[in-house]
Amino acid sequence: MIAWANFTPVTAFTGGLLIGLAAAILILFNGRIAGVSGILGRLLQSWGKESPWSLMFVLGLFLAPWFYILAAPLPEAQIEAGHARLIIAGLLVGIGTRLASGCTSGHGVCGLSRLSVRSLTATITFMLAGMATVSIVHHLLA
Amino acid sequence: MRLLTAFVAGLIFGLGLIISGMTNPAKVIGFLDIFGQWDPSLGLVMGGAILIGVFAFGVAKTRKTSLLGNTMQLPTSKDIDKKLLGGSLLFGIGWGLAGYCPGPAIASLLSDATQPLIFTAAMLGGMWISSKFS
Repeated sequence: MIAWANFTPVTAFTGGLLIGLAAAILILFNGRIAGVSGILGRLLQSWGKESPWSLMFVLGLFLAPWFYILAAPLPEAQIEAGHARLIIAGLLVGIGTRLASGCTSGHGVCGLSRLSVRSLTATITFMLAGMATVSIVHHLLA
Repeated sequence: MRLLTAFVAGLIFGLGLIISGMTNPAKVIGFLDIFGQWDPSLGLVMGGAILIGVFAFGVAKTRKTSLLGNTMQLPTSKDIDKKLLGGSLLFGIGWGLAGYCPGPAIASLLSDATQPLIFTAAMLGGMWISSKFS
């Protein structure tokens, strides 16, 4: 059942266009893929010639809320996960994205834009896994 | 200049995540909740991003260097192996559990909530662990 009351097509699409624009800037100007897990993973390894731009990208991402509040208050974030669930989820996301060499941005946005079958496979896999997890946690166990 | 364009890309990426609703875990979980009150919004986030991305990467594929003279580093791997599938499976479970993926977690660190800090610390720990075993 579609929850039309929660459906926000205009902000979702506008935000999506901005994410695409950001990926376009990074590939066209810098020749690099805007994959957040890959960029973070690289920064956790030893400092190298790819590190300065990676750090600047993460800094921009980190400071985004600070720029956003110059125009409007931050939208409310509803977080139901407790500390234990956040830690388990974080570990799984960290390990999983590095094993798969990408996350929602690297595979989901950049990979699908490149028409990569490998990224399509990854995206379908993590989407189905996410859907199964939410269904189990919210419906079977609830 | 390369550092500035990387910063601007990160900033626009983060603003896009905030505007689109990706930094709200309940919104993300609503998208994944196909058997409950399904909120299709995040499909449009991906659609909007790919709409621009297809053009950008279409141009990128025809070039050997970027506009600022860097080599064009497009992924070459086509392997669909256990690492890709297993990793994506683990990532999807974690994504569904908390409603955060890496980008939105980083773009939420400056909000008042402590949860993004806990999630991000664990995520970076997981990435570090992963680098020790590969």
